[in-house]
Amino acid sequence: MSTGWQARLDFSRPGEVTVRTGKVEYGQGIWTALAQIAAEELDIALDQVRVAPVSTATSPDEGTTSGSRSIEDGGSALREACVQARSALLAGAAAKLGVSAGELSVSDGQILAPSGGTGLTYWSVAGPGADSPGGGGGKPAGQWSVAGRSAPRLDIPDKVTGRPRFLHDLVLPEMAYGRVVRPPARAAELTGLDEVRLPPGAVVVRDGSFLGVVAGRDRDAVRAAGLLARAARWRVTESLPDERDLAGFLLAAPAQEQPVTERRDEAAAAAVTRRLAADYTRPFIAHASMAPGCAIARWFQRPDGEAVTVWSHSQGPFALRAAIATGLGLGPEQVTVQHVEGAGAYGHNGADDVALDAVLLARAVPGRPVRVQWTREDEMGWGPLGPAMLVRLSAGLDAGGRIASWRQDVYSNGFIGRPGSGGEPRLLALSHLAGGGPMPPAPDGPPTGAMGATRNAVPLYDIPDLAVTRHRLLDMPVRTSSLRSLGAFGNVFAIESFMDELAAAAGSDPVEFRLAHLSDPRARRVLTEAAGLAGWAGRRGGLGGSPPRGEDPREGAGFGAGVARYKGTSGYCAAVAEVEAETEVRVRRLWLAVDVGRVISPDGVINQVEGGAVQSASWAVSERVRFDRAGITSVSWDTYPILRFTQVPEVTVTIVPSDEPETGAGELAQGPVAGAIGNAVADAVGARVRDLPLTREQVARAIEEA
Amino acid sequence: MDRQQVRLTVNGEEHTVTCEPDAPLLDVLRHDLGLAGPRFGCGIGLCGACFVLVDGQARSSCDLAAAAAEGRQVTTVEGLAAGGKLHPVQQAFIDEQAAQCGYCISGMVVSAAALLASTPSPTAGQVAEALDGNLCRCGTHGRIVRAVLRAADQEGE
Repeated sequence: MSTGWQARLDFSRPGEVTVRTGKVEYGQGIWTALAQIAAEELDIALDQVRVAPVSTATSPDEGTTSGSRSIEDGGSALREACVQARSALLAGAAAKLGVSAGELSVSDGQILAPSGGTGLTYWSVAGPGADSPGGGGGKPAGQWSVAGRSAPRLDIPDKVTGRPRFLHDLVLPEMAYGRVVRPPARAAELTGLDEVRLPPGAVVVRDGSFLGVVAGRDRDAVRAAGLLARAARWRVTESLPDERDLAGFLLAAPAQEQPVTERRDEAAAAAVTRRLAADYTRPFIAHASMAPGCAIARWFQRPDGEAVTVWSHSQGPFALRAAIATGLGLGPEQVTVQHVEGAGAYGHNGADDVALDAVLLARAVPGRPVRVQWTREDEMGWGPLGPAMLVRLSAGLDAGGRIASWRQDVYSNGFIGRPGSGGEPRLLALSHLAGGGPMPPAPDGPPTGAMGATRNAVPLYDIPDLAVTRHRLLDMPVRTSSLRSLGAFGNVFAIESFMDELAAAAGSDPVEFRLAHLSDPRARRVLTEAAGLAGWAGRRGGLGGSPPRGEDPREGAGFGAGVARYKGTSGYCAAVAEVEAETEVRVRRLWLAVDVGRVISPDGVINQVEGGAVQSASWAVSERVRFDRAGITSVSWDTYPILRFTQVPEVTVTIVPSDEPETGAGELAQGPVAGAIGNAVADAVGARVRDLPLTREQVARAIEEA
Repeated sequence: MDRQQVRLTVNGEEHTVTCEPDAPLLDVLRHDLGLAGPRFGCGIGLCGACFVLVDGQARSSCDLAAAAAEGRQVTTVEGLAAGGKLHPVQQAFIDEQAAQCGYCISGMVVSAAALLASTPSPTAGQVAEALDGNLCRCGTHGRIVRAVLRAADQEGE
């Protein structure tokens, strides 16, 4: 593959620039934002940019599309490539014209001299010779004309008209259909298979406890899988903890204890006059994509040996390629992963696992592409889950009501269970194949990198005496991995809830109390903006305030705030929530203010923040993975309810203008919204609920215990 | 299982397919008729991704046997645009940028079209009620409601 800007930009189609990115689209609108960056820096029109599908054969390896880093990393790399390309191509044009490159400009790819058109274009000067290194930074945001404005998403027209767009819609010539029969429990061994009459042509694949079938039509594959499931005999071992005592499980499991941050101040600690302590928990949470995982694989013979091509909606095509190769004893050059868009993933879901399923089934019918789609039950029952967490907090106030000391202990399984993490392929079927063992516990990254359970484990407040410790569980009875915002959802829920408890102990307004401990001006700004949007000053019933003019006080309503800087280093977000908690907890409204530095697409940012806020509200009041000792039991939308149209809050988002470097937006809202909702519930009912989700039962228990 | 011939009217066209008596309509639409718009989400009618219009009513196609749709008018999202012009709901979804991943959007558009056919000027609350059987995981609910209200305004003009 070529290096330099040619690795990312292709001018071979006249009038069009093909952008090669390693970042994959899954509904977050990243390709539109990347196209805006390219159009801006190359001085071409947005509709002259085409983004090439990501393939391990032709795309730059930019790692996994996760962690809200696509704009920060993928966008920066693309901008740099565009600046170099523009500079190199203009240098080539200048040499041809005998002028200095500084005199030339570009409009829609036409190269212009001060007197007008030169007859040259990017496409006429691009070629093998045009690889002189260019230089210089991108345009200052003040000169942007394409970036910085909301561009209509490139993918939406297809999506509203039902055109084939998703991997699930892809039909390849000669394609066969495969289905996998999953074990009846997390720990189960396939001990026998009764005689069964399958649809004609069905091919059964059995290897250890991996059982699947390939047929010519999907209906036949589904029917055959159903027949096989009835014919299979399993030895089941109960391996899961007691779902009703998550805290007991999290505190008792063997764990690795590591300091995250330690900033001791003995004088401050000695000044503590009042100490508070509380434990907060979040349950296991499912990604619950609207589409179950899907993949197509084709195993074939090349002159140099066997090879497999996989079409996948994985967030990490390169890591998936390596994991498939490692898992099956192939060389990476024997595996090609071609990304095709899937439904929203929200982290590491079953996308990678189903890709290996497809490879294993395709190996049984060489030459034919085999499409495997998981069932809804597979997706909810077997996909990796966001880990349950317990956050143990204690803090001391001094005589003046300021936080002098803070201790935070985070108990969690690791969040970094993606393929390749910790040197392990981590694909589900590998633990079912003959000779396979249970998947090793997920890593969590170094304790100081805010990469996993420690994401946002360090409060952003000014606290003189601070110690944060991670306890990473060394058993993984329930498979865990990355879920949107990783540890931030649990940590910020805990920190922001506890801030309100401390504010109450200090007799302060929660927003005022935060501002008194917040010297970071950008954090202060978003909090002040969100509070202003919500009309905070008049709202808090418990503080004797009255609602803004023109609004009736609501019986049973409560208001709460939350704020965080994502990862401690990325974008800022503050949220204010209004809830009703008379029977069910109902989140009525959310007001958010964000600072994401320079903004490529304002509407793209707002869409991501709105979506993050609604999803976080759903996690906070509704979602909890249920399980018994054998396996996951919340495998349908009935047993794993998410918020519906009549239940979602009205969301208002404002972007605080900023000239700071751009950050991602997709995960900003998760923590602050959870904190705001928790605080609003406490404001409404007068009792603190410390265990998510904030269901009617949890609220009733908290009121009883208060 | 013995297959049978099923005659379907989909987007105004007659089709005869050979399928099992219990073959889901969704499966026949996608695999036999090549329509990608209705999408599989759950298989038991709980998510709305596979919604189609059956005699004008929005309903799931994953838990309806194709044979049960004989003699009825089936309309998928592909059938809503007429004469090269998008249905007002489709245009409004684009105008409001009312999607993130978009996997649920076909079903949303179908439910919204059914609502506006019976209730041309709904309130936001009526839109939410009408779409309550359609799940969205990306959190684009607010935009979707705005899009449906915009489509209602434009149809009313």
